[in-house]
Amino acid sequence: MTVLIDLILLAMLVITAFRIIYIKDLFSVVMLFGIYSFLCAALFVTLDAVDVAFTEASVGAGISTVLMLSTIAITGRKEKLSLHSHTFATLIVLLTGGALIYGTFDMPLFGLADNPVHEHVAPRYIETSPTEIGLPNMVTSVLASYRGFDTFGETVVVFAAAIGVFSLLGVRGKPTELLAQEQGLTQHKVLRVVAKISIPLIILFALYVQFHGDFGPGGGFQAGVIAAAAFILYALTFSLRKAVGVVSPRFVKYLAPVGVLLYASVGLVSMLNGANFLDYNVLAADPVDGQHYGIIIIELGVGITVFSVMLGIFYAFAGQVEKANVQ
Amino acid sequence: MFEQHLAVLPVLLPLIAAPLVVLINKPRAAWLLSTLFVGACVYISFGLVSATMDGGALRYALGGWEPPWGIEMRVDSANAFVLLTVSVIATLVLLFAKESIASEVAHKQLPLFYSAYLLCLAGLSGILITGDAFNLFVFLEISSLATYTLVSLAADRRCLTAAFRYLVMGTIGATFILIGVGMLYMKTGTLNMLDLAERIQAVESHRTINTGLAFIMVGVSIKLALFPLHMWLPAAYSFAPSAVTAFLAGTATKVAIYVMLRFVFTIFGAGYVFEQMNMEIIVLVLALAGIFQCSFVATTQSNIKTLLAYSSVAQVGYIILGVSLVSLTGLTASLLHIFNHALMKAALFMAVGAVFYRMGSVQIIAFQGLGRRMPWTMSAFTIAGLSIIGVPLTVGFISKWYLVTAALEQGNWLVAFLVLVASLFAVVYIGKVIEAAYFKEPSEDADATKIKEVPVSMLIPMWLLVLANIYFGIDTSLTVSAATAGAEALLNGSSLVGGVQ
Repeated sequence: MTVLIDLILLAMLVITAFRIIYIKDLFSVVMLFGIYSFLCAALFVTLDAVDVAFTEASVGAGISTVLMLSTIAITGRKEKLSLHSHTFATLIVLLTGGALIYGTFDMPLFGLADNPVHEHVAPRYIETSPTEIGLPNMVTSVLASYRGFDTFGETVVVFAAAIGVFSLLGVRGKPTELLAQEQGLTQHKVLRVVAKISIPLIILFALYVQFHGDFGPGGGFQAGVIAAAAFILYALTFSLRKAVGVVSPRFVKYLAPVGVLLYASVGLVSMLNGANFLDYNVLAADPVDGQHYGIIIIELGVGITVFSVMLGIFYAFAGQVEKANVQ
Repeated sequence: MFEQHLAVLPVLLPLIAAPLVVLINKPRAAWLLSTLFVGACVYISFGLVSATMDGGALRYALGGWEPPWGIEMRVDSANAFVLLTVSVIATLVLLFAKESIASEVAHKQLPLFYSAYLLCLAGLSGILITGDAFNLFVFLEISSLATYTLVSLAADRRCLTAAFRYLVMGTIGATFILIGVGMLYMKTGTLNMLDLAERIQAVESHRTINTGLAFIMVGVSIKLALFPLHMWLPAAYSFAPSAVTAFLAGTATKVAIYVMLRFVFTIFGAGYVFEQMNMEIIVLVLALAGIFQCSFVATTQSNIKTLLAYSSVAQVGYIILGVSLVSLTGLTASLLHIFNHALMKAALFMAVGAVFYRMGSVQIIAFQGLGRRMPWTMSAFTIAGLSIIGVPLTVGFISKWYLVTAALEQGNWLVAFLVLVASLFAVVYIGKVIEAAYFKEPSEDADATKIKEVPVSMLIPMWLLVLANIYFGIDTSLTVSAATAGAEALLNGSSLVGGVQ
């Protein structure tokens, strides 16, 4: 049964990819990208990687779509015809694809229990993480504790992206005149009502994902994105002016580094207690409690940074759309 | 307590400083804080170099989890040496940047600039000291994103296109590395470098591992700008702010070269890469082609930043050439040239940055007659330029000496000869600038009375580098022993894998 589902999903993935290549209308391309991400997320679910699926759905299908839409709002909907010859590029792509296929020939068979990935490092995570860390969601144990430094790095990657966007597009200061007149989608009553009902639920769900990540799929990355999505939905339906009134761009800019510092501070406290950076065992008298405290705080740091960066990037993009409208 | 954390501090300090700088949001304070933290990194790097000189390695288990379950930092004499290079250049460029960047980047953006600079340094340091293949990728992402930001902040809007091209190429490179690491993980079930090295032997000739090697080599070659995958570099170096170019020329490609060395010698093992897969022939040919093609293109440029950028690609060729010889002397020459080339190129780009600070242009015509009006800057350029050529009593000579020795050791007269011939190109392109500065009258539209020497705060870091070019060209005991120790660490890594030790 799963084989059938996999085949259908993969076939749809390939079809979507080909459509993306051939369609010239960029609006449709963005929509297809969203579908592509959803299909990926579905595939991850069949692979039992629900945490990854969660992230793919919220980032790939959610935020990225909004950001790409704001980009084509500035650049226009039609793809420009390229005059270059694509022969050489096609050759390179075919070569790369060929190499990837060649690489699959000696790959361990899909899903076998005695694959190297199941036999070397993973057994320790499965056998001892319940007693060492004590979380039901092992993915969180690996991401937040065993490989917590990677997660710290990834949080910094998100922060670095924000630095790039803020320095290129600027952080909006006071609302401009044009913004003050903006009314949002006043004519769309249904949209406004639906948004009004769903926004509190989305925020509530974000908080649930944030703090329930230890027990089920989820965590700071997903929660941050979902929370940001609620505010973006608010900005899209009720006008940017009102959203900026609730959470200002300047606040978001200062909030982003706070999350990174919160994460780092957990590591620094471990150091002050005489252990290595990010060693949560020393945070409480009982090492397992220490792990819990450490993971909750670093996940909060991740959530804060991801939320503020996503919203900040949206504000920066929206500012550009507005500028383009003025001109 | 300080000693205990020595191996993680070079990456932690800039990582913590970067968000702090954004919170402070005052240009002067941001600069001061950055300089303090980066300066501390130099001090720590010295400590790491001296701690690993005897051939040992410092290991640091993050989160207290022993590898391969957790991530470890692992510093040996090879990465300690490159780390020292990177942190010294980062500090000197920061000193230089205070005036230079303030004149090229909008005042409001300065804190963000310094934050990106710190993130870039943190990423590069992380790549250098980590002992985990996936963690390396994470830091590669940090440094790459920060680099694109830094390149795009120049006043000249063409930097945006340059940064975008760099972003596309860099992302392809990083993705290839990730695909390669993924394949290694699939076949070994581990991400720790030493553990990978051990477990890779059992599956060495499998097609998945071969493909992984190919993807990693191509990905890293894009990052280190190996000919013909260097096309992003000249534009990025030409249009980035002057201080950023000086920083990147001294650090970014060097760190990518280190990544290649680490994958080839520690993880895959030199025997597999060079004897089984015959990679050294491909690498040798590409290195030589890069040296000649890019040196030649450099002679035809009139934009001096572009000229030096092409020269950088050629110099990368020299470093890779040393690697392709697969010997202790060859590797020593490569590591030496990583350090030496950082010294000369950072000095040259600083001098060009100083000219831009006064003239607002880096075209060769702007250099005319500057020998008299900006004597300190132009003499710095001249000495560092002589070093690029490889004149005795400069570090450039030492690099070439070891490279030629390594080639002759293997009886490879042709390579030795070609290395020497290629130096003649450097005579042409450096000579061109020196001729303009000292033997031509200033162009008429330049308002000659206004042109004067740049502030001392820009001259000091520039001249420190120039003096280092001379000092390490005469007294080589420190650099050569550090480079030899590094080369031994890399080669031992692979012999350890081969079961010799």
